[in-house]
Amino acid sequence: MKTKNKSIDYSKWGYIFILPFFISFFIFSFIPLADTIRYSFFEYYRSGIKEIGPNFVGMANYKNLLASDMLKYAGNTLILWVIGFIPQIVIALMLAAWFVDARLKIRGQQFFKVVIYLPNLIMASAFAMLFFTLFSTNGPVNGMLMSIGITKEPIDFTGTVFGTRSLVGLMNFLMWFGNTTIMLMAAIMGISADIFEASEIDGCNSIQRFFKITLPLIRPILAYTLITSIIGGLQMFDVPQILTNGQGSPDRTSTTLIMFLNNHLKSRNYGMAGALSVYLFIVSGILCFFVYRMTNNEDPDGSKAAAKKAKKAQRRG
Amino acid sequence: MKSKKTDGLRSAIAHVVLVILSFMCLFFFYILIVNATHSHADLQKGFSALPGNYLLKNLMNVANDGTFPMFRGILNSLIVSGLSAAICTYFSSLTAYGIYAYDFKLKKVAFTFIMAILVMPTQVTAMGFLRLITNMGMYDSLLPLIIPSIASPSVFYFMYSYLQSSLPMSLVEAARIDGCGEFKIFNRVVLPIMKPAIAVQAIFSFVGSWNNYFVPALVIQSKDKMTVPILIATLRGADYMNFDMGKIYMMITVAIVPIIIVYLLLSKYIIAGITLGGVKE
Repeated sequence: MKTKNKSIDYSKWGYIFILPFFISFFIFSFIPLADTIRYSFFEYYRSGIKEIGPNFVGMANYKNLLASDMLKYAGNTLILWVIGFIPQIVIALMLAAWFVDARLKIRGQQFFKVVIYLPNLIMASAFAMLFFTLFSTNGPVNGMLMSIGITKEPIDFTGTVFGTRSLVGLMNFLMWFGNTTIMLMAAIMGISADIFEASEIDGCNSIQRFFKITLPLIRPILAYTLITSIIGGLQMFDVPQILTNGQGSPDRTSTTLIMFLNNHLKSRNYGMAGALSVYLFIVSGILCFFVYRMTNNEDPDGSKAAAKKAKKAQRRG
Repeated sequence: MKSKKTDGLRSAIAHVVLVILSFMCLFFFYILIVNATHSHADLQKGFSALPGNYLLKNLMNVANDGTFPMFRGILNSLIVSGLSAAICTYFSSLTAYGIYAYDFKLKKVAFTFIMAILVMPTQVTAMGFLRLITNMGMYDSLLPLIIPSIASPSVFYFMYSYLQSSLPMSLVEAARIDGCGEFKIFNRVVLPIMKPAIAVQAIFSFVGSWNNYFVPALVIQSKDKMTVPILIATLRGADYMNFDMGKIYMMITVAIVPIIIVYLLLSKYIIAGITLGGVKE
């Protein structure tokens, strides 16, 4: 029969080729997810060498988490993310606009791009360990500050809330501003040169051009950067974990949600870890939905919808 | 002309800011590398901006330290990252090609599904993952750090975009007429075309796996299987004030510098690759 068909049906190859991906996803992500959700309704932990549970407890784990310090840790995560993100996006926008502006004649563009992207590839845990060593009370930064005469006593950076949070923010800023700059640069270069030329003829200065043309036109990518950065911030772990040795010191003011999850996992409290994961899953699911909408949007800036509306109005008129 | 003058001023400001930022990026690594060349006694005296002559001695100290098997760790990390990068790029290309080149009923569903989990954090499934690999007998082994990278949605998306822009279906059809089997077409015709994309993604997934700390810290227990980030974490947890500081700087150097060297060699491709996986325009 097959020889009679003019075209051979290749569709089975499609299934064969995508099979490994889906098998791997099913085993290593889907089953764990289902398991995580299931045990979030159970009392199930280890105390000493004794395993307690699993006993079904309904929503008790979720309620206990809300009563525990989870919201404080959510607040910490948010604060640490904001401290890193605001300078990151401001500097990245500024640099991207400069790099693209031909009249500024930035020299060594390639060199600067290579340098500002460098921290993004550095192992976050080693970077945090480095900062811990450099900023310790007898470390080189304090040594320099004292020899210049800025302070007489060494500053205990990791001993204060402000110091620890600033260090985490500084590291996150250094690690991500180069990446964001390069993303935004690509977006700005995607804007048609005609628009910039037209604005120049109309007597637009560089500040007006930035706020009235560049910013509105790269809005979709700005939103994308914002949301992927929030998702990344939600996962913040390596830097505060290593910097504070998992303690979130001082007084757990730098403990993030994932550090909290890690503590439950390390102590094998499966019930609580499960419920916390479900909270995180819901939040990141909502954020993922926005990213999905953006990456799959045929009409990212709303221009097609606007055109349709105008057409409708015309027809009516 | 007035505008030319202001352009000059703005250009000067831009250069100054760029130099300051570059200084900030490089300064910490400079201190790190300089300090790694000093002995403990030198470092106690205070910071000196010039390199010392203790580099090899520190390196030997790190190599001979049994409590922090750094070089064993690097070997483990190389195995994990190398294999992850290889299978991640191969299977992502395979999946992308499967969805790009064939028409089948569930094609749209599969694509939508992968896009929906594109940026889903791995941490939310960590608890179930830990139980699963314990039940499978893979706890405290390197396998659970490697195999799951078969399913990497973001690499898939990159490969898919690349195929859309650079694989004409006529090429596949020509190979079919020549009697090539479907797997052979993928391996012999499609993969060579995708080489640039594979190279970029291999670098990124290698680096991602090299730097990964959360999952290995949950999975690995024994010292001879530890990857570099876990060793760094144990270093932080140890009684650190009694250590030879020169050795500590050297350990961090050993963890960071290989990536810096690879990056400097390949920076052109890496920087061009960052934006390709970003938002569709």
